[in-house]
Amino acid sequence: MTDDSLLSVRDLVVQFPTRHGVLTALDGISFDIMRGEVLGVVGESGAGKSMTGSAIIGLIEPPGRIAGGEIWLGDRRIDNLSMEAMRDIRGKRIAMVFQDPLTSLNPLFTIADQLVETIQTHLRVSAREARERAIGLLDDVGIPAAARRIDDYPHQFSGGMRQRVVIALALAGEPELVIADEPTTALDVSVQAQIIDVLKRLCAERGTSVMLITHDMGVIAETADRVAVLYAGRLAEIGPVRDVIKHALHPYTHGLMGSIPTLAQEEDRLIQIPGAMPRLTDIPPGCPFNPRCPRVFDRCHVERPDPMPHGTRRVACWLYDEPQGEAAP
Amino acid sequence: MLAFIIRRVLQSVVVLLIVGLVAFSLFRFVGDPIDNLLGQERTIEDIERLRGELGLDQPFPVQYFNFLQGISQGNFGVSYRQGRPVADILVERLPATLELAAISALFAMILGVTLGVYTAIRRDGWLSNAIMTASLIGVSLPTFLIGILLIYVFAVELGWLPSFGRGETVQIGWWSTGLLTASGLKAIILPAITLGLYQMTLIMRLVRSEMLEVLRSDYVKFARARGLPQRSVYFRHALKNTLVPVITITGLQLGSIIAFAIITETVFQWPGVGLLFINSIQFVDIPVMASYLMLISVMFVVINLIVDLLYFAIDPRLSASRGGGH
Amino acid sequence: MASLARALDSDLAYKFRRSPVAMVAAFIVAVLIGGAVFAPFITTQNPFDPAQLNLMNGFTEPLTPNQFTGESFILGTDDQGRDVYATILYGMRISLFVGFSAVIFAMVLGVTLGLVSGYVGGRTDTVIMRIADIQLTFPAILVALLIFGIAKGITPPDRRDEVAIWVLILAIGLSEWVQFARVVRGATLVEKGKEYVQAARLIGRSSVAIMVRHILPNTLGPVLVIATISLALAIIAEATLSFLGVGAPPTQPSLGTLIRIGQEFLFSGEWWILFFPAIALLALALSVNLLGDWLRDALNPKLR
Repeated sequence: MTDDSLLSVRDLVVQFPTRHGVLTALDGISFDIMRGEVLGVVGESGAGKSMTGSAIIGLIEPPGRIAGGEIWLGDRRIDNLSMEAMRDIRGKRIAMVFQDPLTSLNPLFTIADQLVETIQTHLRVSAREARERAIGLLDDVGIPAAARRIDDYPHQFSGGMRQRVVIALALAGEPELVIADEPTTALDVSVQAQIIDVLKRLCAERGTSVMLITHDMGVIAETADRVAVLYAGRLAEIGPVRDVIKHALHPYTHGLMGSIPTLAQEEDRLIQIPGAMPRLTDIPPGCPFNPRCPRVFDRCHVERPDPMPHGTRRVACWLYDEPQGEAAP
Repeated sequence: MLAFIIRRVLQSVVVLLIVGLVAFSLFRFVGDPIDNLLGQERTIEDIERLRGELGLDQPFPVQYFNFLQGISQGNFGVSYRQGRPVADILVERLPATLELAAISALFAMILGVTLGVYTAIRRDGWLSNAIMTASLIGVSLPTFLIGILLIYVFAVELGWLPSFGRGETVQIGWWSTGLLTASGLKAIILPAITLGLYQMTLIMRLVRSEMLEVLRSDYVKFARARGLPQRSVYFRHALKNTLVPVITITGLQLGSIIAFAIITETVFQWPGVGLLFINSIQFVDIPVMASYLMLISVMFVVINLIVDLLYFAIDPRLSASRGGGH
Repeated sequence: MASLARALDSDLAYKFRRSPVAMVAAFIVAVLIGGAVFAPFITTQNPFDPAQLNLMNGFTEPLTPNQFTGESFILGTDDQGRDVYATILYGMRISLFVGFSAVIFAMVLGVTLGLVSGYVGGRTDTVIMRIADIQLTFPAILVALLIFGIAKGITPPDRRDEVAIWVLILAIGLSEWVQFARVVRGATLVEKGKEYVQAARLIGRSSVAIMVRHILPNTLGPVLVIATISLALAIIAEATLSFLGVGAPPTQPSLGTLIRIGQEFLFSGEWWILFFPAIALLALALSVNLLGDWLRDALNPKLR
């Protein structure tokens, strides 16, 4: 959209053929990530957050496939690239950090093996230099005595340390975008903040953009520049974090905001949205959120809202369409 | 790690002692050794003298101990049928079986791992499906029928390969090898395939399912997400992890190869210890039966130990602490 | 027991109708068993009654009239003039009899030991399971061969042919009890901890009654699966032993014995003497195997 856009996802559709027909996991998602920006992506499990990440990096598990839309990295279209061409982008221009550091590292290879191989895949450096760089990276992500520990195996590190190693691996090819898929969910609460800090600091230093996938609005509030809210495979709302948190437009976002736990709030404040997200097999006609929406009206049952511009944001809700939408929540 | 190995060695010793007990009981209680050694014409004095010589008048535990001592010194008794020391017969026959087993194992492992990896990587390809279907039938085929089928096609109809025997052999010290002559090499092809086919299918199916499991794992996904080349993802990251469980099963399969050689050796009249064992059963040649049993057990136990050690070598999680990882 | 009957009634029957492979396999097994059982009524000769044989009929090719007698045999004849079709059906009787008997023997032994091992626990459990472990170290065929050899050594030479079939059943049965014992033991350990077993204990039911009435029925599913797979293994084991010449004697030949005999004629061109018994054995073993696989999947979807 703007010149500063690094990644542009346009009308992305991802489908899974199953025995009971075709499931649409992502349905017409569009958003941009600017250079150096941290975009938070939130939603319940199954909303399509991870699927969006997998689609961008071209690793959707078969039989799933991109059935429509485009993904642009700078001025290059990447959703239709061959496996071979996509491999040059993975790790080199777009990297990914997965949820569970305990299973993300190959248990049979040392940290050095895995780092050096990754560095040498993407950068033209000697083995010696690759090792130097690897130690530097481990230093950067905050592994004490990196030069000594680099020859250890993954099982010799704690969960938090392993996730630091994973981040080092993701940054090894000097990517322009890091997709972090729930990078702290599997970790102890005590180290979650540290990991987010490391990720945020390193990416800011390098000017790397981050797509931070999480279901934790608290993390988004502290880390992201903008936030995209997904619901049932569709974009519900997207906009600057400050605006969204202060004044959520979409009733679903509004419910999510209520679920940011703060010290002052009581337990029962967490349960904001009654019901559960529909399964992909039985998404209702009209707005997918209509069965749970506190502000539902007739149109929501019939017509499906697409995200429409609203100030600094885009929101997929009929409340903000034309005159009657001006009545803000 | 050391404690674990010591424990495994002790377990092996216990297994060997029990098998030894079975073998000894065979000697002692099945087919009276006196009858077998003296034949019909004998006197009471002969019997008593022989009982004393064989130590049969001593208490059972003493006899068992003497038996074990004898075996550990290579004294396996005398074959009833051939009238020669069993140890001599075994030494003569063992190279044939070991060569056959080694070639079969090589065949089973190389082809099994290759096909297993191939069918896992090309999971839905037609060739993979064909291989998998064929392997299902292969598992149901009794070994001796495979042997007969191969003989019929390659020896009777095509006449390319010999249908029985070892071909010409070359003597190297006490070891006779068929692997150095053209006719020896030709002769080992059909028996080796017959013997290895079943294990090959097992290894292939195991490698395939393990590989599919590993390819779904997070670390392979992460390796892909880092843009590592396909070759490295499959053959460096995935294959090494696949091999950890495969090694155990494969190792145990190698033990069975030596035992299954009995069947193959009968089909191809291969002059190894398996054929010797079958003949000893037919003629109730107890010392040969018991010795074969001991020999096989020692091989099994040694193979199991080697498998355990290999496990340590390949999986770093084990050498650090027994508790971690697995 | 009720739960098993219900399963057989509805779910299993439904899955069976949905699986063409299982239906074909079951059909083949049924035909072969039927042929073996009714052999005397659907063959024209008893191939092992010398009075009914005509040596002139020897080596008749399939579907070709014999050059001396003009008689024709659908699958040909062997050197003695025996109808190969009849020898297969009579041979299958022996194979199936040994197979079923061995599996039943292994099942009774394994289930009993498994129940006792799991229920009593302690030292009894340790001893039984150690024996099982050691036996599992060795391939079943080796164990069977050994037991056969021992039994043969104990029987007097003149009675060996007579008891060969029973020795065969004993040897194969003893080589296959371990699987039953392991599964039943595992199930017993699970059931033992459940409340209804504790309750039965509290009201003073005897151990035997609890084992038989409460625990045993819960193990029937897996036992049935193992029994089917064991049947295929037992049939192949019997054929293998007989082929090796240490199983069914030539006076009572099983399929394995027939294949052993037929192998002698492979080089002289009388392929049918070997070929048809081999096909029969293959069809039998493969079908039972497929049925076992299907049953395992149908009764335990988790294993897939």
